[in-house]
Amino acid sequence: MPRTIALLMAGIVGCYGLNWFLSEFIEVVYVDYLNLIGLSIILAVGLNVVNGLTGQFSIGHAGFMAVGAFVGALASILFTYGEIAAGPLEHAGLAQFLLCLLFSGVAAGVLGVVVGAPALRLRGDYLAIATLGFGEITRILLTAQDSLGGPTGLKRIPKMPLLPGASGWDGGTSVFWIYLFVFVVIVLAVRLQRSTFGRALIAIRENELAAETMGVPSARMKVVAFVFGAFFAGIAGALYAHYQHSVRPDDFTAVRSIEVIVMLVLGGLGSVTGAVAGAVVVTLLPQLLRPIEEALGIDGLSMVVYALLLVTMMVFRPQGIFGQRELSLKLLRRLIPGRRKESP
Amino acid sequence: MTALLETRGLTIRFGGLCAVDCCDLSIQPGQLFGLIGPNGAGKTTVFNMLTGVYLPSEGTVHFGGKLVNGRNPVQVARMGMSRTFQNIRLFDELSVLENAMTGAHQHARINLFDSLLRTGRHFREEERQRDKAYRLLEFMGLEDRAGLPAKALPYGHRRRLEIARALATEPKLLCLDEPAAGMNTGEKADLAKLIRRIRDELKITVLLIEHDMKLVMGICEVVQVLEYGKTIARGTPAEIQSNPRVIEAYLGGG
Repeated sequence: MPRTIALLMAGIVGCYGLNWFLSEFIEVVYVDYLNLIGLSIILAVGLNVVNGLTGQFSIGHAGFMAVGAFVGALASILFTYGEIAAGPLEHAGLAQFLLCLLFSGVAAGVLGVVVGAPALRLRGDYLAIATLGFGEITRILLTAQDSLGGPTGLKRIPKMPLLPGASGWDGGTSVFWIYLFVFVVIVLAVRLQRSTFGRALIAIRENELAAETMGVPSARMKVVAFVFGAFFAGIAGALYAHYQHSVRPDDFTAVRSIEVIVMLVLGGLGSVTGAVAGAVVVTLLPQLLRPIEEALGIDGLSMVVYALLLVTMMVFRPQGIFGQRELSLKLLRRLIPGRRKESP
Repeated sequence: MTALLETRGLTIRFGGLCAVDCCDLSIQPGQLFGLIGPNGAGKTTVFNMLTGVYLPSEGTVHFGGKLVNGRNPVQVARMGMSRTFQNIRLFDELSVLENAMTGAHQHARINLFDSLLRTGRHFREEERQRDKAYRLLEFMGLEDRAGLPAKALPYGHRRRLEIARALATEPKLLCLDEPAAGMNTGEKADLAKLIRRIRDELKITVLLIEHDMKLVMGICEVVQVLEYGKTIARGTPAEIQSNPRVIEAYLGGG
């Protein structure tokens, strides 16, 4: 527990430092990439608990993100302006902002229970289809809500709260907030994995009948995993809304869910490090390929190359970049030649 | 003395096939009970009904005086019945130690937030599970492999790890489903010793399904024989060995 508080403090200081460094020295466009990567990491690390650790194939993650985004955005708009109306953007208050994020996470988490409890009784393909359906239903229901702006969604969502001492540059606090939650989700995911609950989840993935026979309540544990993923997808949605200042239901199509799956599979299902690596690669790759596309003047080339890279990867390394391994001091030590100690 | 496990008229039908027909079992606390029979006799199906995997079509299962029918495997495990599988079902990607620790999960008295926030209770629970699992690995002679992934274990050790994992649930009754399958003579002799020690030292009642007659006759006190789902004999090993009906079932009617 004291370590947890110290760790959180270190995270806050670290993210503040990162935010300051970037806003002083780095161009805004690169900061934008970094923020998108951060949001992807939160989504991927959360979903990895469901798809990677527990082995339950869910492809409706965007649905939870959508709910989090709309709940957080609406709460934030009402807190800051008192009504949905036009006018210049303002910064959300710190307490209100945190409360909005909590609302988003809890709303998505509760929905995780409601959807997960029945859907997780399904296996394999059937679960995948049910979760896909959930994601699409969520998006379509949001599109139909005129009070939430219908297909055009919510606009004029307040900026994230200003940090003391940080520059007033637009989006100058987003790196801090997004990466603070990147830090939180990674720490919690690793802790979950390395606990009796994490072992129970992996046991369910490896052999559900044996897990149940050992007294692991698989139905309940699967919902726990699902809620963990949903909660952080909700938070990611709220951060996304505050970062973009507007959300539309169509920001959360099935394509986004599948993108998160691609991150996991590419990085290595079941590995937190893999989820992070996958999030970085999948978010960055299309951006990096775009200049090449423009230079050659062939439209859509970047998507072709991107798809080819994914196919190549799956052919030659189907277990993903990291497989199920984690980046740890032990692994680093093994990779550095010369200093190898014979382990017993 | 009341039986630890008692079944009355246990029957299950899969469509038109009656896999187990009116099976009565009665296992006393502290007994080493053998259930034998030729292939397809319905032994594993009996296990699956006892442990809540299958719901019996007819008949009752009582464990420690409580009705088992209608409970799922998790609830049965929590009542104090644990088992191994004929086709080994380990958690391959977990280490040997972690496999055994998973058996101890059901006794964890912590919630998810203890683990996420790393409270003192989390660390105490981890230590409890680690100690328990390690002691059981020592008992089964696997302690020097604790750190290996379970999938890296050779066959005989995998069977032992399944037993260690089942023991970690602190069962009153341990059901072993053909633990000696695929083992050589030396490994079988070691296994027989281990099974006896589980009963004598850990005071756990054992229900053993096995093909190997020598193993069963050598260690079990009571043996029951199934053929085509029906009980054809019950008694001490000596009685069973001289029972003409059993000899016929095993050697074929002539």
